[in-house]
Amino acid sequence: MAVYLDHAATTPMLPLAIDAYAHAMALVGNPASIHSIGQNAKRVLEEAREQVAATLGCESIEVVFTGGGTEAVNLAIKGLFWARPGSRILVAAGEHHATIDTVEWLAAREGATIQWLPLDGAGRLSLPDLEAALAEDPEDIALVSVLWANNEVGTVQPITEISALAARAGVPLHVDAIAAYGQLPIDVSAVRAASGAGAGTGLVALSVSAHKIGGPVGIGALVLSRSATIEALIHGGGQQRQVRSGTQDAAAAVSFAAAATAVHAALPAESVRLAALRDRLVAGALAAVPQAVLNGASGDATVRLPGNAHFSFPGCEGDSLLFLLDMAGVAVSTGSACQAGIPEPSHVLIAMGRSVEEARGALRVTLGHTSTDADVDAFLAALPAAYAQAATAGHADRQTSFDLR
Amino acid sequence: MSGGVDSAVAAARAVEAGHEVVGVHLALSRMPGTLRTGARGCCTIEDSMDAQRAANMIGIPYYVWDFSERFKADVVDDFVAEYQAGRTPNPCMRCNERIKFAALLEKAIALGFDAVCTGHYASIVLDKDGNKELHRASAWAKDQSYVLGVLTAEQLEHAYFPLGDTPSKAEVRAEAAERGFSVASKPDSHDICFIPDGDTRGWLADRVGAETGDILDRTGAVIGSHEGAAAFTVGQRRGLRLGMPADDGKPRFVLEVRPKDNTVVVGPKEALAIAEIAGNRFTWAGVPQQSPETPFDIEVQIRAHADPVPAVAVVRDGELIVNPETPLDGVAPGQTAVIYVGTRVLGQFTIDRTVSAVPVDAA
Repeated sequence: MAVYLDHAATTPMLPLAIDAYAHAMALVGNPASIHSIGQNAKRVLEEAREQVAATLGCESIEVVFTGGGTEAVNLAIKGLFWARPGSRILVAAGEHHATIDTVEWLAAREGATIQWLPLDGAGRLSLPDLEAALAEDPEDIALVSVLWANNEVGTVQPITEISALAARAGVPLHVDAIAAYGQLPIDVSAVRAASGAGAGTGLVALSVSAHKIGGPVGIGALVLSRSATIEALIHGGGQQRQVRSGTQDAAAAVSFAAAATAVHAALPAESVRLAALRDRLVAGALAAVPQAVLNGASGDATVRLPGNAHFSFPGCEGDSLLFLLDMAGVAVSTGSACQAGIPEPSHVLIAMGRSVEEARGALRVTLGHTSTDADVDAFLAALPAAYAQAATAGHADRQTSFDLR
Repeated sequence: MSGGVDSAVAAARAVEAGHEVVGVHLALSRMPGTLRTGARGCCTIEDSMDAQRAANMIGIPYYVWDFSERFKADVVDDFVAEYQAGRTPNPCMRCNERIKFAALLEKAIALGFDAVCTGHYASIVLDKDGNKELHRASAWAKDQSYVLGVLTAEQLEHAYFPLGDTPSKAEVRAEAAERGFSVASKPDSHDICFIPDGDTRGWLADRVGAETGDILDRTGAVIGSHEGAAAFTVGQRRGLRLGMPADDGKPRFVLEVRPKDNTVVVGPKEALAIAEIAGNRFTWAGVPQQSPETPFDIEVQIRAHADPVPAVAVVRDGELIVNPETPLDGVAPGQTAVIYVGTRVLGQFTIDRTVSAVPVDAA
């Protein structure tokens, strides 16, 4: 049986989420129908919405179900941009492509100006830089967008402080919490309260995805503060406060809610368990390959996702390592992939000031609810030989012995 | 696996021959979508998906390996530089020499593989001592041994061409259809994969640059002007725009392109006939010719789809010199000449020097 250590890409569905899904799929009725069968579907859907809201510290009406995390990010960024007069978008460097490609599209097509905020060597956003950017003509800033936790290197941002700075400047903040959800406690109301966020400012929008926490692929949510003003991207029947039209997928919502509730309840203990497994994996990898470097922040779950380990292996390509580990039955990731599956040097590591060579040798190992000590042992057993062989293959851009003639 | 039908069938045959096979697609561009937009067998996201689908159906793992930096430096930039130097390169040969059977092969060996298997139509045959020889495919019309002529003994040692003995391309397509591959009827790739619309001249014009220069006759007299020597190729007749006709009233052809002084030399058609080609960059495909300083009989081929011409070859002063029985037409420096003995590829050289069959005075 293959060892799966790529939970950040997607994590296996929880059996209870599969059961809930299968059961709810048999349900008849469109939640928007007026008859009692429709009303029953609506009841199931709204129960699910309440359960998801409870795991995010927000009101039920603030949960807008979407077709996934990427749609939630698009809705937040484009919707907030179009609803406000400002033309500037402040974005942390090293964001997920859902954000990068969305803001670059707004710049190319809608006249937005993107201001990239630098990261430090551990991947943390520089708060003084954010504060300085916010101080400069805040009226012209449409929004700020940051990751709660980086999907590649696992670095956790100080969201309350970031929200406080945005709130003070009177600017709305979108947080991509897709990687953080299920690994860290997320409480939107608490962040808003602690950051002194007023109507429509500070943390007003937060994106999550079901399949990263053991729910199904194809559903996510945008938590959208009651006080926020947003333009819809999808028009039609006016469902979900007219923010996201389209017949609502009650079955997916039920499955999502089942996973969210279970993960939320287990989080305090699971976070400790994953961190311990991860720490053993990191220590073992660094002992086996002393040249390896752990990327990202070191510390507890307030600074680094408990299930995340991310390394640079000097002198070899991450994709060679991935291939050799895959052949040895261990599934890991290089952290980023483009559409054709072409591995590119991680833009996150580049934003953290690493060299292209370090970025090329990147390997992400992520743990989740099915991970065990045996998985860590299997990775550590396969790593030394894989590293030694990958290092002989070196880098794709160098000369080879076949060139010498 | 390019995403075309040949490499898909080659992979399937390799699996059935009992080998442990992994499908690898080469990423040769950082922006694959910007290369070909249609599915023409090279470099697009659609091609990558086709390759993966074929690998899935065969039941082998599939990976994309990125050689875009090497490809740009060794194939694309080299292609431009060769044209800038007034030469006519073959980028597919360069890709086989530097990417598929160098960068890819070395990485593969380092990662534990024994050979690179491709869908080329060519055969590898063992001689009586067990040495590998490269031969033409049995289907002469599809034979691709010319573009593999750059492979050395060491590279042949790790090359595997399962399609070499297939009677026709139609048979490969039929086999692909039988195997259920979606690419069974996908059009062949042609032209140059990194030039999206097939407009080589336009693509080059953007990169090579152009400056006005002289058009000379064979005696060196200026008889016209042009707007950039690199835009001309040997054998070209159109576009010279010479005001005056030749003394004999016959049409004139480009005989030589000299980028260093930005001049183009023209003359009569007869002067295109080449009696001797030579080059000092030559390699042997497999076991080298014994005592090549003694003239030996060969056949020479100067383009992928040209007919081979009987010739005599000899190595003299570090140069491989070939004298064809009948003069060759349209030879441009930078082209590769592949030499054969029967169906066997003996070696190849880059043409650096040519000798016209017609002396200057006679023309």
